Amino acid sequence: MVRFARAYVQLPTGVVGALILVGVAALALSAPLFIHPSDLSVSKASGPLLHPPLDGYPLGTDQPGRSVLDLVIWGARPSLTIGLIATALTVLVGSSIGLMAGHYEGFVSRSLMHVTDWFIALPSLPLAICLAAVLGQGAVSITIAIAITSWTGTARLVRAQALAVEARPFIERAKALGASDRQIMLRHVLPNVAPLILVSSTLTIASAILSATTLTFLGLGDPTDVSWGTMLNQAFGQGAVTGGAWWYLLPPGLAILVVVLGFTMVGRAVEQILNPKMENRR
Amino acid sequence: MTEPAPHPDAPLLEVEDLSVTYRAGDREVHAVRGVSFSLEPGEMLGLAGESGSGKTTVALSLLRLLSKNARVAGEVRFRGEDLLTADWRRMRAVRWAEASVVFQGAMSALNPVRSIGEQIREAILLHESVGEEAARRRTAELLDSVGVPASRAGNYPHELSGGQRQRVMIAMALACRPQLIIADEPTTALDVIVQAQILRLLADLVRDHDISLVMISHDLAVLGETCERLAVMYAGRMVESGPARQLIQDPRHPYTNALSSAFPVLGDPASRMAPAGLPGDPPDLSTLRPGCSFAPRCPQVMEACTEREVALWPAGDERLSACLRVLPDYPDQHQEQHLAARVGARSGS
Amino acid sequence: MTSPAAEQGPVLEARDLQVVFRSRGRRGPARAVDGVNLTVGHGEIVALIGESGCGKSTLARALVGLARPTGGEVRHRGEPLGYSMSALREHRRDVQLVLQDPGAALNPRQNVYDAVAEGPRLHGLRAGLTERVASSLTRAGIRPPENFFERFPHELSGGQQQRVVIAGALALEPSVIVADEPVSSLDASVRGEILRLILDLREQYSLSALVVSHDLGLAWNIADRVAVMYLGRIVEVGPVSQVLLEPQHPYTKALIDALPDARRVEPPAALPGEPPDPTSVPQGCRFHPRCPVRAAMPAGDARADLCLTDPPLLSADAQRRLVACHFAEDNPSAADSPTAAEASSIPENVSEAGAAGEPSTISEGARR
Repeated sequence: MVRFARAYVQLPTGVVGALILVGVAALALSAPLFIHPSDLSVSKASGPLLHPPLDGYPLGTDQPGRSVLDLVIWGARPSLTIGLIATALTVLVGSSIGLMAGHYEGFVSRSLMHVTDWFIALPSLPLAICLAAVLGQGAVSITIAIAITSWTGTARLVRAQALAVEARPFIERAKALGASDRQIMLRHVLPNVAPLILVSSTLTIASAILSATTLTFLGLGDPTDVSWGTMLNQAFGQGAVTGGAWWYLLPPGLAILVVVLGFTMVGRAVEQILNPKMENRR
Repeated sequence: MTEPAPHPDAPLLEVEDLSVTYRAGDREVHAVRGVSFSLEPGEMLGLAGESGSGKTTVALSLLRLLSKNARVAGEVRFRGEDLLTADWRRMRAVRWAEASVVFQGAMSALNPVRSIGEQIREAILLHESVGEEAARRRTAELLDSVGVPASRAGNYPHELSGGQRQRVMIAMALACRPQLIIADEPTTALDVIVQAQILRLLADLVRDHDISLVMISHDLAVLGETCERLAVMYAGRMVESGPARQLIQDPRHPYTNALSSAFPVLGDPASRMAPAGLPGDPPDLSTLRPGCSFAPRCPQVMEACTEREVALWPAGDERLSACLRVLPDYPDQHQEQHLAARVGARSGS
Repeated sequence: MTSPAAEQGPVLEARDLQVVFRSRGRRGPARAVDGVNLTVGHGEIVALIGESGCGKSTLARALVGLARPTGGEVRHRGEPLGYSMSALREHRRDVQLVLQDPGAALNPRQNVYDAVAEGPRLHGLRAGLTERVASSLTRAGIRPPENFFERFPHELSGGQQQRVVIAGALALEPSVIVADEPVSSLDASVRGEILRLILDLREQYSLSALVVSHDLGLAWNIADRVAVMYLGRIVEVGPVSQVLLEPQHPYTKALIDALPDARRVEPPAALPGEPPDPTSVPQGCRFHPRCPVRAAMPAGDARADLCLTDPPLLSADAQRRLVACHFAEDNPSAADSPTAAEASSIPENVSEAGAAGEPSTISEGARR
């Protein structure tokens, strides 16, 4: 762990990415301290309507007169939450299926991989629309839709790596010592696959946040929520594009860009350290 | 080609004070330290040692095949020409055409997606200006001479057994009629019977074509069966050299003794239910302490051994040893024994 | 086996053991182990010798319960091995496997303590775990053990790694160790130390061992009895000094002749060909296509046909050595053999099959 930290601080991309993420997370967590819910309320908004940046509103205001800066900061909360929860689900489901498909032979492995293939073929957008129809619009159906469509990648990745680990003699030694299937998967295969899962999950978060934004932009989120996706959706609906209200469109777009970039940079740095092939070269 | 005329009776290969240091991060690993030996035309020399002894590094440095982080000092003269300072074009010409290598892992040294015939032909065509047809004929002859049916030239490496792949490697090494073959653990992954076949083949071919051979192995017995002269390496240094049979049966260095008794002779009562080994492990070559590198594991260590490291010293007819005990200042039982053995050998002949 | 003194019977036994793998593609099934009888007695060290692909590793795995036999049975202390989860766990506690490459047999992300503690933890032996780990490491020659607890496999030398693997096996206090090529990946000077450890463990704790190897010298170094395996069958088995010094089977002879020996002036003719494929086992004697004895017979010799049609049976000679060859001499220098003591630890099934001291045969299918 110390070795990991020491290697990590030597990678500039990793350090910059981590700083970005820490900054964004700090802002999102502390938002309730300086933004009052009433500032975000459409009916209680007190600013000028759809106005470019001015004193007291550094990023201007939206149609009902709310501060765009406040909206962007607050919007990080649902975006990050959905990203993290969807990724956690993805990793949990993908890793378990991948580990089992790599450990068991024959029928179990084959059927698990068939199920995975079936899910790969599932289009995310229609699925999200269907889920929204069943579960109702909102963060829950978006999270589930993202998790369902992205765990397959993790499962394939984990299975491939697990197969390589399973072929190594220390697995046979564990069997000879009397380990059960579950013990082999959890004590021997998982720790050797974990670095890969970590790398892939940082990249999954980035794409989950993008998907969440896309889905809310398309109107599948809860319209009363404040998120980057709903902001873009409302900006679009309120004629910000045709009206040239750049201050309304640009901030949520840039916020998404910065966060996704942050996760990608961290992911690359972690990969560089943990990937055994790259490690050998050092 | 500005090839210097070879001396008529100069050794084919002369290695003088060869040292190789690897850079690994901020450490320096002294893989080979001051190794010297020479090889006459047609001679077969066996280089023995464990992993980390520097034997493979010596072999690779002969043809400058070491990785970029290696620093080489000393001289390697091939037919009187120093290869360590030769330019790259000359070096490429020497490699394979005049001196070739049989690597240990035949599976990884052969290209898996090309047929063995193609790979042998490539070696011929690269170094000689002969036609495709002539190369094809030579390939068939070569395969035949190593005991692989020429009809298998179209086969891919994975379609051959381990022994056949090693035979193909030998055919490739012979492709350009070299004067020197360096064989790095040519039989390590093979079974005993196949190993015996390959050793026999190698010895016959080298003898028939009057090629010199440097063979590297961890197994003293394997070398002893093929080579006339053996050199033993430990921790980057040559610790003993001499005629093969004498060196194995009457070692002058305690490490050679350990190595030769590691693989017992069947029927030898001394080794029955008594495996021979050494305590400890070879030293870390990045932090060298004064004194003999073998001293910490030596069963016959003396006080002086931790202070002095001796160079190879005459220890009998055509024999050299880097053990303090062979020096005249340390006459002891071992010394007397070897004198007695010398007298015995003389009266016997 | 209804022997009254079960303790004195073999600790581990293969009876007519057969392991057949279904192979993919056009090839037929691979008969890796094809009717093997072998015993390991209490406190006995048996060497199983053969070339790669002869089935010796599969046999070792079947004895540990890692490969499931398709015929015959594995017996542990006289009881047939069951294949339920709990029976296997019980078996694996008493019969431990030591693998060839210690560097690969240790999980790179587990330190020495966890690697040795794994067995006891899996079997719920949590009381006094630290002492158990420390004493296993000490017994395996890692001293002082505490200094090694926190180390990872890549920080150890090859010899130390193999000692840790052995310590991991000892932590369960087994009565038998099955070691698959335990020294073949180690340096020559370290090899002897590991072999001596196996001998010491037998001496101090009466640990039995089946050591699988391609190396006849290893058998000479540590084994009481040696079994030579060829293409899924045992072709010769008996006390080490008899089998290795007066081999009867032509294959054993070929193996011994192939050993490099610097004292030899002219190397003997090596056996031609390579170990054949277990998916296409020859009819009759499986060694006949490479057999020098058969090749030396005059053309048209009727006896040579026997090799083509009848598989030879493992028959015991006066010294209770078993040889599977139609042309083995029946009675080699029997008188005042120095190995009489060793000969007493013979496989049980021999004395069952025939009167001791007389040439007898075990019928191939007798137990099926």
